Amino acid sequence: MNPFAEALQLLTSGDPYVMAIVVRSLAISGSALVLATAVGLPIGALIGLSRFRLRIPAIAIVNTGLALPPVVAGLAVYLLLSRSGPLGNLELLFTPVAMGIAQVALAGPYIAAVTLAALEGLPPDIGLQARGLGATRLQAALLQLREVRTSLVAAIAAGFGAIISEVGAAMIVGGNILGETRVMTTTIVLETRRGNFGVAIALGVILLVIALAVNVVLAGLGTRARRPVLS
Amino acid sequence: MTTDALTLEGLRYEVDGRLILDIPEFRVPTSGMLAILGPNGAGKSTLLRVLAGLSRPPVGTLRFHDAGGGAMAGDAAVSALRLRAAFVFQNPYLWSGSVRRNLELGLRFRKVEAADLGRRVDAIIEQLGLGPVVDREAGTLSGGEAQRVALARALVLDPEVLFLDEPSSNLDAEAHAALREDLDRVARARAGAIVLATHDRPDAFYLADHIAVLRDGRVVQHGSPNELFENPVDPFIAGITGAELSIRGSVMSVNRELLSIEVMGALLVAVGQAAPGDSVKIAYRPEDLFLSSTALAGGSARNRFQARVVEVRSLGALVRVRLAGPDELVAVVTRAAAAELEISEGADIWVQVKATALHAFAV
Repeated sequence: MNPFAEALQLLTSGDPYVMAIVVRSLAISGSALVLATAVGLPIGALIGLSRFRLRIPAIAIVNTGLALPPVVAGLAVYLLLSRSGPLGNLELLFTPVAMGIAQVALAGPYIAAVTLAALEGLPPDIGLQARGLGATRLQAALLQLREVRTSLVAAIAAGFGAIISEVGAAMIVGGNILGETRVMTTTIVLETRRGNFGVAIALGVILLVIALAVNVVLAGLGTRARRPVLS
Repeated sequence: MTTDALTLEGLRYEVDGRLILDIPEFRVPTSGMLAILGPNGAGKSTLLRVLAGLSRPPVGTLRFHDAGGGAMAGDAAVSALRLRAAFVFQNPYLWSGSVRRNLELGLRFRKVEAADLGRRVDAIIEQLGLGPVVDREAGTLSGGEAQRVALARALVLDPEVLFLDEPSSNLDAEAHAALREDLDRVARARAGAIVLATHDRPDAFYLADHIAVLRDGRVVQHGSPNELFENPVDPFIAGITGAELSIRGSVMSVNRELLSIEVMGALLVAVGQAAPGDSVKIAYRPEDLFLSSTALAGGSARNRFQARVVEVRSLGALVRVRLAGPDELVAVVTRAAAAELEISEGADIWVQVKATALHAFAV
């Protein structure tokens, strides 16, 4: 059978094997994204809104996280969770949890760095201006985060796009175990090697649709972006 | 009950070893407008932020006396000011959303109930004529509109103390005039005390009840506009009140406060504190020089001399005349007077000026 025709059939018929992999991928990456946002956004906000002695090194560390290659993140998590690693007794290696941890390590710094950059782009005395109207420090911080919400949503969307499409870390710490840790990217690698191009193409199309959806969201946010008002 | 809303004691503010402010005592009355006037870099904005509790000086005590008679110092004063004062910045940031949302923001911080919030916002919209822009996205406003919204956003809070940091510095002439009118009409009505930091001399003299002149982080003179105008304590103050300082001379004799000063061979009588033999600078206002085509007899002016017209420049309704007399002088006359006197370059003209209009400062 023509692999493209097979892929079309798999997609239109809702093939259980393909659908299970898609759902698992979305579940793992979605959970990782929630956690990465919960960690990355406050860290970015804290560094962006505060002035402290080690701020410059903190910015450098966060920005270095942006350039972290997925396989390196995977290797680090592998060493952490392997039987001889410091967290080996938790027996998390080759589980969806291990994949989620690796994806948090990838998306977290990204979200933190974009949050930080967005806040740095605001006028320097903007927090003081909020306090000049009676805001508490917390209210002023939340107001500033609201001002950069477009960038924050874009960072989260882009972070999701990055982790759902990465293969290196997922392969290293997940092991591509059928029914357990097999996700879209690892399946594409496996089925391509096996010569089952129909499944690989079907999953590739779904990944592309997800990437397209993410970019549509980003483009929509881009058109809604407004300039800060500084007379 | 105290007549001061704010007092600042023993303020000394240094940044990286550089002195920003050194003010032993500073008082803000409970009502009226106090202008902090000074050149760029004098420390006006920093002083304003310290008074508002937005900046904490390492040395100095801020005291706030609220409208209810309560007195607070230090952290308590800062906390109280947060909800009882409002601050308009030089470059106001309007938050994303509509103008109305911006106007509601401070009231929401103060947890004002919805009905009261709507009523107060509607009132300030009416008072400042913001109806046409109230539903617009704040980011689409012009600079003048944005500054008025920033002012409205502060005034809607009916603050006990309103702080204004160079509110007109980025505005064109028309928007500047409108803002000045708003400050005089609406701000005075809605705010208790107003503290205006500005380098704009006409704004300070037009609007303020009291002026504190700041130079290099120190208050040089504090008084009513008239006091500053009539009795400047030094050439800097004289200059900031619009005086010319082009005449230099040497004191020949002193009779009480009247000084006889030799200026390039001519003798002028001025007021001031100096001793015989002192070199002095003489401050005068161009509008205080009275020009005539003949030497007028009588009158109260002690100084009469002839000068040559060097340059004639139109200022619109007025004409600026540069003269070579005992020293280089500048006079300002109306267009009608200039025409009547047939003032033109190279012409000789008589100048009269009262001794009290010449302020001599030892240099």
